[in-house]
Amino acid sequence: MAAIARRPAPILFAVTLAVTVFTVLPMLVSVTAGLVNNYSSGLASGLTTRWLVEVWANYGSTAWHSIALALACVAAALVIGVPCAYALARSRSRAARVFEELLTLPVAVPGLATALALILAYGEWRAFRLSFAFIFVGHLVFTLPFMVRTVAAAFERDELVWLEEAARSLGAGFVQRFLGVLVPAVAPAIVAGSLMVFTLSIGEFNLTWMLHTPLTRTLPVGLADSYASMRLEIGSAYTLVFFIVVLPALWAMQAVAAWLGPREATRTAARGTAA
Amino acid sequence: MTTSGERTRVEVLACAKTYAGGVHALQPTSLVVEPGEVLALIGPSGCGKTTLLRLIAGLIDSDPGGTIRFNTEDVTRKPIETRGVGMVFQHYALFPQMSVEANIGYGLRIRGVAEAERRRRVGELVDLVRLNGLETRRPAELSGGQKQRVALARAVALQPRVLLLDEPLTALDAKLKVALRDELAELLRRLHITAIHVTHDQREAMAIADRLAVMRSGVIVQTGDAESLYRDPKHAFVAEFLGRVNRLVRSDADVREGVVRIGGEVLVCTGALAAEKAVLVRPEDIDLAASAEGSARVVRRVFLGERLQLQVETSDQGMLVVDAGRDATWQAGDPVRIRVAPQHLMPASEP
Repeated sequence: MAAIARRPAPILFAVTLAVTVFTVLPMLVSVTAGLVNNYSSGLASGLTTRWLVEVWANYGSTAWHSIALALACVAAALVIGVPCAYALARSRSRAARVFEELLTLPVAVPGLATALALILAYGEWRAFRLSFAFIFVGHLVFTLPFMVRTVAAAFERDELVWLEEAARSLGAGFVQRFLGVLVPAVAPAIVAGSLMVFTLSIGEFNLTWMLHTPLTRTLPVGLADSYASMRLEIGSAYTLVFFIVVLPALWAMQAVAAWLGPREATRTAARGTAA
Repeated sequence: MTTSGERTRVEVLACAKTYAGGVHALQPTSLVVEPGEVLALIGPSGCGKTTLLRLIAGLIDSDPGGTIRFNTEDVTRKPIETRGVGMVFQHYALFPQMSVEANIGYGLRIRGVAEAERRRRVGELVDLVRLNGLETRRPAELSGGQKQRVALARAVALQPRVLLLDEPLTALDAKLKVALRDELAELLRRLHITAIHVTHDQREAMAIADRLAVMRSGVIVQTGDAESLYRDPKHAFVAEFLGRVNRLVRSDADVREGVVRIGGEVLVCTGALAAEKAVLVRPEDIDLAASAEGSARVVRRVFLGERLQLQVETSDQGMLVVDAGRDATWQAGDPVRIRVAPQHLMPASEP
């Protein structure tokens, strides 16, 4: 590929810098607020970790709940979403298109409405209503379309149709070619979908807020609770906890994506130099 | 490396394909491919050649009433997974996450062939298509020609009864295409496997196949070896598809008199051509002779390397394309006489 000439663009640089500072500043302020003794006197009141300790004592469990929930969503989205994506990509029926629309609906409909519908329909099942399974269902309904859409787009590519025909001509039955050829071929899309499902589930608030009970709280719900009922410093310390919990999880997911990514990159590079 | 002893005869009987919406991709078609024969299905895009190939492969079903036999076995209802066909695709369709070896050995692995035996067979195939040293590469690290060789090795690994090639060289650039074309032709002879090769490139078909079936609008128009089709096309479509032609129009008087006029020359049209409203002649079958009073004139000369292509204006047939040897000395403006041997005239009727 020809090198793109780089000309200095001071205005672009200034705009980028301004936007970045504008976006990052609130995070820094919020994080700082959780690390000072008294927010109104600012840094002068001295740094402390006592708010962090207090948050962890009161809300620590919500972090594990959120991570477990997000991982469960990813697992379920993989098991349900990937085959579903394949089916939608291969079906030309009108029913499949309608189903695809329905699947996407919970993304557009406010989470509150989805949650209320779930409560009305299944609220009577006490054990279910009071367990994390209830929130899990809500999250799955909301996140599944992101997995299905992403992976279906990959399955729809002509190459995948050809790969499947090639595998069939070599005698591979459906399960063999699905798991051995098709799924590995769309792995980058599956990783991208998983990343989306994970982050959406971790950050989901409005559905979860409606569905939670005092014993089934996630990170964002705990966050709202602390903002509403605790000192500002505790709420801010909680934000920091959120970062500390979520960032490593995101990095881990991205490491997986990167592990697949460079191979994709070498492929593209080889394509450029070959023939 | 050879395939199994028994060669397969492919017989297609009255197979048609109508797609949803009533599109007749293939009219009822019958075709026989002899054991060990390489047959090319050629024609422009949309002529039904790929549909016919996919029917034989078992990727699509024939309309009711069609039958496909491999030797004496009726395979019409047999799915592709068990039909015993090897396929090579235009876009290679190599499994991207697998190495060259794993791609070639995929069918053997599916069959449950033991590791040691599999390695041995894959080794033989790597030798066969000369990919030694590239065994552990992934498809993305190969050139187009190498990819197609992997695809070929993968397709013949299970010793299929029929090898089906769907535009196997179309994605390659022109130079590579010619090299791989000759290699493929040689390999098919060596394997002595029954093969059906779909292409829209008549030169590729002529170089690779023993016999060609020219298709148009879902119908096989004519079959035969390259030479007979080129020299003796039954229809204008076949003549035009296999090479360039000039169309010579005949007036009613010409038809009555049994002649055709070209540049003031009068040629006799007899036999099959007697009633044709027009006849065809190939550029290389027109000879020019210098003549001050000739009624034709060279208008343009184009040097193409292996030959000289001329545009010759005539009073009675308009502009003609004439191929001359590359050492010919014709220049634009030269007056010429035209000579055509009557046996080089071809019918211009449509199928």
